[in-house]
Amino acid sequence: MMDESRRGFVGKAFGAVAAVGGIASLIAMKKTWDPLPSVMSAGFTTVDVSGLEANKLEIVVWRGKPIFVLKYSDDMKPTDGRSVKIGDSYFSVMIGLCTHLGCIPGYEGDTKLFKCACHGGEYSADGKNTFGPPPRPLDVPPFKLDGVTLVLGEEGPEYKAMMAKA
Amino acid sequence: MAEFKKADSMLEWFDQRLGVVKFAKVMMTEYWIPKNINFLWAMGVLLTVMFAILLISGIFLLMYYKPDINMAFDSVNYTIMQEVGYGWLFRHIHAVGASVIFLIIYIHMFTGIYYGSYKRGREMIWISGMILFMLFSAEGFSGYMLPWGQMSYWAAYVITEIFGGIPLIGGDLVVWIRGNFYVADSTLTRFFMLHVLLIPLAIIGAIVLHFYALRFPHVNNEEGEFFDFDAEAEKYQEGKHKESKVIPFWPVFLSKDIFVLGVFLVFFFYLVFFHYGFAMDPVNFDKADNLKTPAHIYPEWYFLWSYEVLRGWFFEIAGVSGKSLGLMAFGFANAIFLVLPWLDRSPMVKPANQRPYFKYWFWLLIADLMVLTLFGKLPPTGANAWVGFGASSAFLILFIALPFITAAEAKKVKGQ
Amino acid sequence: MKEFKILAVLVVLVGVLYYGIEPYAHSVMHPEVAPANFNFDDLKNVDTSIKGNGANGKVLVEANCIACHAIEKVGHLQLMPNADAAAAYGVTPPDLSHAGRIYDKNFLANFIFDPVSALHLEHKYPVGGAKTFPMPAYNWMSQQDIMDIVVYLQSIAPKVLDDKVGHAITFKAACGRCHSMKYGTLEATTPADALKTYMGVTPPDLSQHIKSRGEHYLHSFINNPQVLIKGTAMPRVGLTEKAQEEVIAYMEEIGDSKKEERETVGLWVMGYMVVFALLAYLWKRQIWKKVH
Repeated sequence: MMDESRRGFVGKAFGAVAAVGGIASLIAMKKTWDPLPSVMSAGFTTVDVSGLEANKLEIVVWRGKPIFVLKYSDDMKPTDGRSVKIGDSYFSVMIGLCTHLGCIPGYEGDTKLFKCACHGGEYSADGKNTFGPPPRPLDVPPFKLDGVTLVLGEEGPEYKAMMAKA
Repeated sequence: MAEFKKADSMLEWFDQRLGVVKFAKVMMTEYWIPKNINFLWAMGVLLTVMFAILLISGIFLLMYYKPDINMAFDSVNYTIMQEVGYGWLFRHIHAVGASVIFLIIYIHMFTGIYYGSYKRGREMIWISGMILFMLFSAEGFSGYMLPWGQMSYWAAYVITEIFGGIPLIGGDLVVWIRGNFYVADSTLTRFFMLHVLLIPLAIIGAIVLHFYALRFPHVNNEEGEFFDFDAEAEKYQEGKHKESKVIPFWPVFLSKDIFVLGVFLVFFFYLVFFHYGFAMDPVNFDKADNLKTPAHIYPEWYFLWSYEVLRGWFFEIAGVSGKSLGLMAFGFANAIFLVLPWLDRSPMVKPANQRPYFKYWFWLLIADLMVLTLFGKLPPTGANAWVGFGASSAFLILFIALPFITAAEAKKVKGQ
Repeated sequence: MKEFKILAVLVVLVGVLYYGIEPYAHSVMHPEVAPANFNFDDLKNVDTSIKGNGANGKVLVEANCIACHAIEKVGHLQLMPNADAAAAYGVTPPDLSHAGRIYDKNFLANFIFDPVSALHLEHKYPVGGAKTFPMPAYNWMSQQDIMDIVVYLQSIAPKVLDDKVGHAITFKAACGRCHSMKYGTLEATTPADALKTYMGVTPPDLSQHIKSRGEHYLHSFINNPQVLIKGTAMPRVGLTEKAQEEVIAYMEEIGDSKKEERETVGLWVMGYMVVFALLAYLWKRQIWKKVH
């Protein structure tokens, strides 16, 4: 006759081993779905801002996302914690995706507003949400300044200072 | 092994080895269905046929489709639509079928709600059905991405972005689902895998469960009447076909279903050949461009109601952002149907119109879902946003009120 | 009877949903615009009732146009390869062989007088602005001379057949300098990078525009792009109604090449299903007679 308690023990041990194997498999499967290392490290985008025209939106691509770089004209006031001083001018550097559901707003030079065509959201030139469904201002991508060159994807002191204020 | 005697016929040969005679009885000729039904009872067979049509057309599309962001669009719109013999036919059938199957799913689902076919023993039928609804939704969503048009891309973008609203893990979860920071090649290939393998397998499993779940509580009937199926089946087998309350699945029940199917397929093929724009959105014939949003982004029609529940919450309430509120409402809306059998606290199994309070609830729900669907497509500006908020709130209130309404109904009915 | 009542309820509910989601929602998202105007009535600089003289037109064309434009039909070949022409002018100048046929007379005359206003591109080339349109205005020419040129161009334009080959010729002449048609293996004559610089955006490939935009939209858009997309870089091209129809026909022949097959097969399949449904009904009646 099989000892009941021993069968209980073997059963439990077997169950535990099966559980460990199952969990390990799940972890492996989760990892398979993770973004690839090449995607995670996918380059840094550099932008030379010296040639940009004031009040005209420049869009560059960083990690598949449009990045807005807007040079302020003389009548536009910089906002603490949102505007970046590069050289003598101020700039807005923002991820150009509406914080509502990710559409790309367009910039209207006359009204100095970003308007999102999808759900009617509006942002001021410094990216603050001023109307409609967006829950927060346009996000600022991590950046570093290198003279008049903007390096997207790396956190420089200017970015950290901005984040501290915002 | 017992010795088999030599079979006298092919049927006997198979019967010895597979028990086909018994199997045919259990599945067809002695599977009893109530007689007191109308054409709404044919929707299950329609759905099975539609699923088969989608599966077959999908197999043919699979032979030329290329799940790669540089090739997907042209493989669909040039290779399949213009080069492959009848490739266009399979694409039209697949696209229109995917849209129309949801119409039938909704009719099937609301037939169940109307006749109270989800309670008093039929809970597992309802739950397996709702699991099928969710699987079909995932199947529809993942398939819509594959042609890699503008609406494929942006609907995928907006819907995956919804998961970003989940506290703490949201941002990472979105990147994990997409396999990239944006909807990219990795997203397309993994959704391709889900669409052609994993979800269809799960659907087939859930269909088996759904059919199996029908066996014990039996199919409901037009009056919600409970009767002894064995006794009625015996009557039928004695030849009292007219007195018996049941009919066999084959040929009686299916003969009606096949007629309904025939009428439906006339309508379906009209849509496939001549009126397919509702299922093959023009915007999707522009190739996906991650730097250019279409002027209007909207999901396929069958997701509009839950999309509007999400969108209806566009302002902050008590410090909680509109986006979070919308996400909560959206989660609620998609999960709540699953527990319907326990929200309905009245034991009455009757058509809704014969239930004193439930009938108002049912038709209000239909009206609200219609409003949500209609406004889900319109741009959410001005008054539309408030209609969306009202309809979204009404949806939540209806479900929160349901246990109280039905409890009151139970009391009233008992008092009579 | 009861089943018909149920069916009626279903039809009404589905009908309302369909109407709201499709025709109604689309009419809200894409409001109707002014109907296409193929007389280009807004252009009044040149009096087109003046009777032109083709012989004088020929002299004027040879003196004024062929320095930049080829007219292969009468032997004036293209002066330089497309890439060089695009580098010199911004965009490859059109061959004028078909100009007299595909462009409306009033449009063509007024275009020669002042290209920018005819094209509706004042927003891109404002008077005194930094950029100038590659072709100069011939507003110093007499109205008679302009009409002579128009008549000459009309006289040399070859007829094309009303088939796919003819439609392709019209498409190439009208659209092919900027737009590619990948599915018809047509590539824009202006190189892509030059186009991007010249237009500000890359003009889209038109292979699937018959589906993504539809005939109705194209009918208005080609006639006057600004009424549908304000500020678009696409000029008004001034096609006659017939030329525009040929362009759209070509887009359909390339972008929806199976249309005819679809509509024929569709009728057969629906006919088959009707027979199927009728037989199914008779069979059902036969079987249910025994149980009712």
